[in-house]
Amino acid sequence: MQVSMNINGEEISDDVEPRTLLVHFIRENAGLTGTNIGCDSSSCGACTLHLNGEAVKSCTVLAVQADGQELTTIEGLADGDILHPMQQAFHECHALQCGYCTPGMVMAAVSLLDEVPQPSEADVREGLEGNLCRCTGYHNIVAAVLQAAGGPR
Amino acid sequence: MIPVAFDYERATSTDHALSLLAEHGDEAKLLAGGHSLLPLMKYRLAAPAVVVDIGRLTDLSYIRSDGEVLAIGALTRHRDVEINDLVRSEVGLLAAATAKVGDPQVRHRGTLGGSLAHGDPASDLPAALIALRGTLIIQGPSGIREVAADDFFTGFLETDLGDDEMLTEVRIPKVPNARWSFQKFNRRAQDWAIVGAAVMVGSDSCGVGLVNMDSRPIRAMGVEAAVVSGASATDAAATAADGLEPPTDLNAGVDYRCHLARVLTRRGLEESGC
Repeated sequence: MQVSMNINGEEISDDVEPRTLLVHFIRENAGLTGTNIGCDSSSCGACTLHLNGEAVKSCTVLAVQADGQELTTIEGLADGDILHPMQQAFHECHALQCGYCTPGMVMAAVSLLDEVPQPSEADVREGLEGNLCRCTGYHNIVAAVLQAAGGPR
Repeated sequence: MIPVAFDYERATSTDHALSLLAEHGDEAKLLAGGHSLLPLMKYRLAAPAVVVDIGRLTDLSYIRSDGEVLAIGALTRHRDVEINDLVRSEVGLLAAATAKVGDPQVRHRGTLGGSLAHGDPASDLPAALIALRGTLIIQGPSGIREVAADDFFTGFLETDLGDDEMLTEVRIPKVPNARWSFQKFNRRAQDWAIVGAAVMVGSDSCGVGLVNMDSRPIRAMGVEAAVVSGASATDAAATAADGLEPPTDLNAGVDYRCHLARVLTRRGLEESGC
């Protein structure tokens, strides 16, 4: 089945089987490998990207469901060499260890601030409950999200 | 994990979806947000020959006041239910239970109707609907019918929905003055409840639905009767597990689940002012 979607401002079309998962389309058809596959069962959040502006787990969405929709992946956040404020905050707070969860964590955090612009620490911890860091590096991740939101409240 | 191959049909209207169901019978499954069905398909516990995608029927995504009832379209996403002012003020228990479903990403995609039609005794929303005495509007080839939540959930992952029918709306009596509590006990933030209790207490009424305490989402009738007759929260909650047959899994056996049901029901009743 022919599907077409706008990914990071670019129209991407391809012929896929209906059972193709969105995360596979992003990585293999669109060639955007910043979105990682972790648990592959909608638990870990490594595959989080934005579908029409909202964070979703792309391992649990079919590519055909995203046909005609707008997507943003981790590659679409930075403006050229200028990091997105969330990426900058992750960098400054050293909010990563092995880095595998980082793309999904950043995408979930950006979506969280869209919905809760001035979160408390509890809001951040609850808002990122769908993303697992198996290095258990949560302390600096929470600090980074609070910094990106303008400092702790 | 990749699902077994299937034919994909995208419904353009409720009537179109119903005609596709009529054509394909029990070989077809409806796909809404996909957060119950797709995991089953990826684990290959479900392998429908035809997937009918109803996710674009935006006319089934709404929350509106209809006299004494709040009407919610089956395709309303969890996030939209969770933050809706009408839901929060008129049927607050549903907003609280919805906020406990999965995680933010799941709530952006999953739908109220999809979760209910899945009929999972471990999921949060059926228990809330039972406590709130909600009803379900079902559309099929012979017309529209309304079913009470108690009669909708018929077994493990089984509901009253026929192969050629579709859940279109959920109706919940408004209880703006009721007090309520949603108690969910699990080991990790995004896990299913090991046991949960949805509690609603009005001036002369009480509703208690339990999560994961039987093969289907279940009403704690003994607790409700005890509360209405004036029993204390502790005495009423003591009956929470009576007659129920909870599952055993790696998280909990029968005795522990029954204990949790009594404790969570008591906490829920206390938080609801009993």
